Amino acid sequence: MEAVPEKKRVTVDGQDYELVFGRPASLTSKPFTYCPGCNHGTIHRLVAEVIDELGIQHRCVGMASVGCSVFSYEFFDFDFISCAHGRALAVATGVKRVQPDTVVLSYQGDGDLAAIGTAETIHAANRGERITTIFVNNAIYGMTGGQMAPTTIIGQRTTTTPEGRDEHRIGWPIRMSEMLALLPGVAFVARTTCHDAKSILKTKVAIKKAFRAQLEDRGFSMVEILSNCNVNWRMTPQDAVNWVGEEMTKVFPPGTYKDVFAEDQEKARADAPSKTKAQSSEKTEV
Amino acid sequence: MSAQRVFMKGNEAACEGAFRAGCKFFAGYPITPQNEVPEYMSKHIWDHGGTFIQSESEVAAINMLMGASAAGARAMTSSSSPGISLKQEGISYIAMSELPCVVMNVVRCGPGLGNIAPHQGDYFQATRGGGHGDYRTITLAPNSVQEMAQFVYLAFELADKWRNPALVLSDGTIGQMMEPVDFSEMPYVEPPDKSDWCLNAHQEGRERHLITTIYLLAEDMAPVHERLVKKYERIKKAEVRYTDYMSDDAEILIVAIGSPSRVARSAIKAGREEGLKLGLLRPITVWPFPYGVIRQYAESDRVKAIVVTEMNWGQMVEDVAMAVSGKKPVHFVPKHGGLTFTPEDMLEPIRAIRENPMNPETLWVQT
Amino acid sequence: MLLEEYIFAGFGGQGIMTIGQFAAYAGMIQGYDTAWIPSYGPESRGGTANCNVVISDDVIGSPHTHSPNGVIVMNAPSFDRFEPEVRKGGVLVVNTNLATQSSERSDIKAAYVPCADIALEVGNEILVSVVALGAFNALKKVVSDENMEQAIKWKIPQARKDLIDLNVRAYYAGKEYLEST
Repeated sequence: MEAVPEKKRVTVDGQDYELVFGRPASLTSKPFTYCPGCNHGTIHRLVAEVIDELGIQHRCVGMASVGCSVFSYEFFDFDFISCAHGRALAVATGVKRVQPDTVVLSYQGDGDLAAIGTAETIHAANRGERITTIFVNNAIYGMTGGQMAPTTIIGQRTTTTPEGRDEHRIGWPIRMSEMLALLPGVAFVARTTCHDAKSILKTKVAIKKAFRAQLEDRGFSMVEILSNCNVNWRMTPQDAVNWVGEEMTKVFPPGTYKDVFAEDQEKARADAPSKTKAQSSEKTEV
Repeated sequence: MSAQRVFMKGNEAACEGAFRAGCKFFAGYPITPQNEVPEYMSKHIWDHGGTFIQSESEVAAINMLMGASAAGARAMTSSSSPGISLKQEGISYIAMSELPCVVMNVVRCGPGLGNIAPHQGDYFQATRGGGHGDYRTITLAPNSVQEMAQFVYLAFELADKWRNPALVLSDGTIGQMMEPVDFSEMPYVEPPDKSDWCLNAHQEGRERHLITTIYLLAEDMAPVHERLVKKYERIKKAEVRYTDYMSDDAEILIVAIGSPSRVARSAIKAGREEGLKLGLLRPITVWPFPYGVIRQYAESDRVKAIVVTEMNWGQMVEDVAMAVSGKKPVHFVPKHGGLTFTPEDMLEPIRAIRENPMNPETLWVQT
Repeated sequence: MLLEEYIFAGFGGQGIMTIGQFAAYAGMIQGYDTAWIPSYGPESRGGTANCNVVISDDVIGSPHTHSPNGVIVMNAPSFDRFEPEVRKGGVLVVNTNLATQSSERSDIKAAYVPCADIALEVGNEILVSVVALGAFNALKKVVSDENMEQAIKWKIPQARKDLIDLNVRAYYAGKEYLEST
């Protein structure tokens, strides 16, 4: 069980209150400018909460990519650099190699990470760079106005697939998590969603593991988060959230694709002599 | 001559210049004729406390450089023409971010794949920014193995002084040749402390550091442009460098950089033996370009004509013509395809120019 | 004024580039300004290769050799290409094991050396160009034999003392062949 944090108190208009909910320290006070219903705000908050909980805010350096999250540095409160489209993981490599004490966060969308930056993504992962990547996959180019993304699913209408994505013309949606999981340099890769409360909590657990992989010097880590773009999908926010849960997850199944921590446990279990098994399971419960 | 000299290839000497300047990060991708640079770096940079990465592409290399520079390290990449084209995206971002770095181009013959022979076809690209947007990069043009080391060393200093990318514009000949080098003028230096602006893990108790190139509102962008332009103007005033050879009494002034400036030296010696009063003006910085001194020569009664020799279709000659402003005839003597000059290639047209300073065969006319 | 301009030419893999570096390095430690520059096709083994060496008591202008006063040709195509280029009064060394032509010019000094045979006698055919360099420098005498030995020691890693010895022996074998004929 985690230790219960000391209760914080705040004073508002001379009145004393107990603080039960607040903005994570790793976020600035600037209100999010993302469209209503978009998951970027949720994901920003989850990342900031994890950074706060790990106590690494003042060591974090963020890579802002190109896409809707181009201004992510206005919301995260630590050192940041904005990168050219697709190049965030190359820039991140330079930062991390020069300042190995930093905790490097790369926050990228699907066009950035899986189209124009595919080479940078695969090779940073393959080198096992100690970088944590948050990959927000909403199956469309949001910032430029709803064009096809590398992750647009078959039949999905976009402004450049007006009849729906046709695999014979333009191929299939690309599954980055599955691809990266094959690379030995990758320590942790998982795909989660943010379409309901349970999945949001799972996303946070995955983000924490991804940072742990970096902090423990295990290798490259990435969390692919299925998100929505109700504006460019031409849906209500509720329909968009439902579409993530019902349609996108069929093409992009959530799950953990690579987890060195789970592999460690597996190995420890296999290596452990049978008589000590009871003892070790006791320990886990504590 | 000093006993301290070591015999090295230009590309390797460039690396030694970088180490002495405190270069701690190198990323690059193989391309002829600069492969000795990543090879030498991969072998030796670790001993200098640095990091080498063979990147997946030139695009990745320049972006790694951007990260390394933003994190406070003296960082360098090198390539040859086609690879430098790929780096232009990153150079534009680095210039706009006002980050220092050193980029070396061992120029080969283009366009396209071209060939691996020495060439000077990248002069415009190097002196006019090269990537998208309105910016300039400080550009030094070595003509010897000694200067490969010295100018890389100097490039690091200038890049940090102005927080701007600095280019070393070499060519295949200078990169591949071996000559004696004297490092005594290049003491090892500690790279400057950049903790007041760089990205690092020590953010407790300070404002966060932000490096960005995006200013969506024109009103926000305009003052940034203005700041950059003012910086470039200050660089133009402070950093012009050139050298000359036998130009004091020259009637015909040759302007050349890189390996053709070496051949020009041989041509001047041979020409003077047959009574041709030749001299050389060699820009060391091609951006900022030494317009002023060339104008002075053009205004001198003694100088009858100015001859520009380049291994290209005519690029630096435009800068020279701009400096001369029609005061004297400007002639252009080119070499194409990766072929190299002989002294006679230069002397033959120069003899004709002495007979007729307006000789139409070589006269450079802006069309 | 001293201005020595050499071209050493042959097949890639014969050690052409290396003997050029020996000569240029030896010139440097003798106190001259020197330059070495390679020229070869995309095939670095088996294709044609040559290098230019310039040695001068003044600052070297062009690093390219425009009018060589010393040429070594290690094969027949190199003979055809470079024999006519030798400056009047210059030196030409021909490896007779691969170039059977002989020069009809009377304005140059030509020497015919069975470099491969001599290299084999010394112990290894890879020394073929070093034999040629020994003969070449016996005619040229621009740099001392001691400085050539220093160049061999500079270029070959200290750990390969056996190779250093072989190269030095090959160099002197070439020199002796020339002096005995």
